[in-house]
Amino acid sequence: MKSKIVLFLFCLIIWLGLNWPVNSQWLVAGVLVSGFVAMITGDIFMHRPHIIVHIKRYLWLFVYLIVLLIEGIRANIDLAYRVLHPDLPINPGIVKIKTEIKTEVGLTLLANSITFSTGACAVDIDQQKGYIYVHCLDVESQNIKAATELIAARFETILKKVFE
Amino acid sequence: MPEIGRLLIIIGLFFNFIAILSLIRMPDVYTRLQSAARSVTLGTGSIMLSVFVVHGFSATGFKALFVIAFLILICPVCVHALAKGAYQSKVKLAEDSVCDQYQEDLKAKQNQADTTPNL
Repeated sequence: MKSKIVLFLFCLIIWLGLNWPVNSQWLVAGVLVSGFVAMITGDIFMHRPHIIVHIKRYLWLFVYLIVLLIEGIRANIDLAYRVLHPDLPINPGIVKIKTEIKTEVGLTLLANSITFSTGACAVDIDQQKGYIYVHCLDVESQNIKAATELIAARFETILKKVFE
Repeated sequence: MPEIGRLLIIIGLFFNFIAILSLIRMPDVYTRLQSAARSVTLGTGSIMLSVFVVHGFSATGFKALFVIAFLILICPVCVHALAKGAYQSKVKLAEDSVCDQYQEDLKAKQNQADTTPNL
């Protein structure tokens, strides 16, 4: 039931944002439609709805967004240097990294942030063993521990505080 | 505020240009996918942010913010799907690749499936 309420509010906020100067007609239509959607698909939206009220998680989410933005700009400048360089200094390969995050949302966001803001892109995830296979543009280390330290560690520590 | 908007548009166009250039210069599917996705996310995000800066908290500005959020969420997911699909249909890595630990693990899994008796 809690999950349904959370999904209802989420849908309603997105709807109101899309039709920003709110008037009564849009509001009624939005309540009807998001109520319908929440009734049908509410149970699969969140598995642990009680964590939505923990204030600390939102603060860490904010920190995560800032880190994501800074690292993303840095990775893009690095990529621009590599692409514009006449010799194309790349060194590609697929390496394996280990993560301790177990939840699905956490794993998805970790893979997303690896793709967006390091020199790598996630190819496959082994959820039981906690491995992520990562295609690196510039392989610096083929050792699992060192590669994890280089690629995933800075996001993993923050995401663990948000989603675990 | 329009000046900041124009500056952001120029930054965004630069990164989109890098994305197109990387599509031409990179050697294989995986490097192309990831470099294009990364630059396009930042480039288009920057252009959308300039729309938000120029229009402020109006209907257009809110839509631009939503576009940024969905772009950052969805663009890497598409790249994962495409990369895994390419790997499963046996697209080769570039010739100067250093290592492929994914294939080693897949082979190990295959051997295990072959040796265990099929009950």
